[in-house]
Amino acid sequence: MSRIDITLTVNGEPRELKVEPRDQLADVLRGPLMLTGTHVGCEHGVCGACTIEIDGAPARSCIAHAGSCDGATIRTIEGFGDDEIMRALREAFTREHALQCGYCTPGMLVVGRDVVRRLPDADEARVREEMSGNLCRCTGYRGIVRAIVSVIVARRHARREGACR
Amino acid sequence: MKPSRFSYKRPASWDDAVKLVLAGARPGAGTQSLGPMLNLRLARPDTIADLRHLPDYAGVSVRGDTVRIGAGTTHAALEDGVVPGRLGQIMASVARRIAYRPVRTRGTIGGSLAHADPAADWVAVLPALGGVAVAFGAAGERRLPLANFVTGIFETALAPGEVLRAVEVPMLRDAARWGHWKFCRKIGEFSKATACLLDVPGARPRAVLAALDGPPMVIDDAAALLADPTGEARRIVAGCPGLSPWRQAIAEAALRHAVQGARA
Repeated sequence: MSRIDITLTVNGEPRELKVEPRDQLADVLRGPLMLTGTHVGCEHGVCGACTIEIDGAPARSCIAHAGSCDGATIRTIEGFGDDEIMRALREAFTREHALQCGYCTPGMLVVGRDVVRRLPDADEARVREEMSGNLCRCTGYRGIVRAIVSVIVARRHARREGACR
Repeated sequence: MKPSRFSYKRPASWDDAVKLVLAGARPGAGTQSLGPMLNLRLARPDTIADLRHLPDYAGVSVRGDTVRIGAGTTHAALEDGVVPGRLGQIMASVARRIAYRPVRTRGTIGGSLAHADPAADWVAVLPALGGVAVAFGAAGERRLPLANFVTGIFETALAPGEVLRAVEVPMLRDAARWGHWKFCRKIGEFSKATACLLDVPGARPRAVLAALDGPPMVIDDAAALLADPTGEARRIVAGCPGLSPWRQAIAEAALRHAVQGARA
């Protein structure tokens, strides 16, 4: 039951940590690693606030426990600085008033980026379906959905223009 | 909302995994069901044996008319079409409606089946698709029919010390018809009633009604349901003990919608 040594690659940097196997990955990120952009909401995988990337795929950091993450590559909201899609999403969230208190926003952005990348032809209904695992208690979702759809549409136009040239 | 203390083991071989489980360890896969239960302290295991690093735990291989799906294959992989053909189409359509994508990227088909939550999707769907669960224990592999693998709420036919290694499901011809419907008030939440129906030309149609207060109900010959969905759905649901009137109503609706889906 003692603490164990684990290695994570977090936002590109290798980190060696002493953790309890039961520690939630979210708490490891927010505590010893001081990456407080990952927000903890429901702690049972329903609200989506803690969504980050584990080994390149979006995942809940509240129901991934530290022991099982040994060796994993993690990207948190702090780790998307130079990412083109994330920059477009941030601008769209600002423009469309897609946040108020900001608690859900890191999870919204990580999942939104996955939707933009994975479903380049998604329409509004599909975006709503895909974002249904992220709860927002301020906005009523309209701005969030508009923001993500606007990035998808802009990328679709860019693709078409590229194809015409 | 934090788990009680447990120790964490990562067995390197199936034999080691069985030894750990025999010694009382709780097997863990994607922990998308176990994780919340740990956080809520509904589960308080002393040790978790993480199966995810075992050889061939995830992945799909086709042998003749059967596809073997490693228990550690994620819902997301199934959603993205890792299983070929008509069967793969059906499984992808089911996988896409399991919880949410960030849950599907870690949650596994075997973890979900062995966890045996009555409302879980593969618990409802795999008995309709047929085939077997491949259990691994001290005596090696053992094959158990998927039709009665789940025996109760959080109960399966796995013997003490056995872990679920794979499921083997018959491939389907393109002509196979499929209907699947579940009642969720919000996308991604646990189903309140699930039904599915598989109709392969030349074979008996098979239906399953699930998300009941017990194991899924397998209707081995669903010809009567196809012929008279309304009357037969009422008769089937009347045989399920302990359902309140509104749950009876949505269970009947699930069966009718499954028939409709298979006819479309």
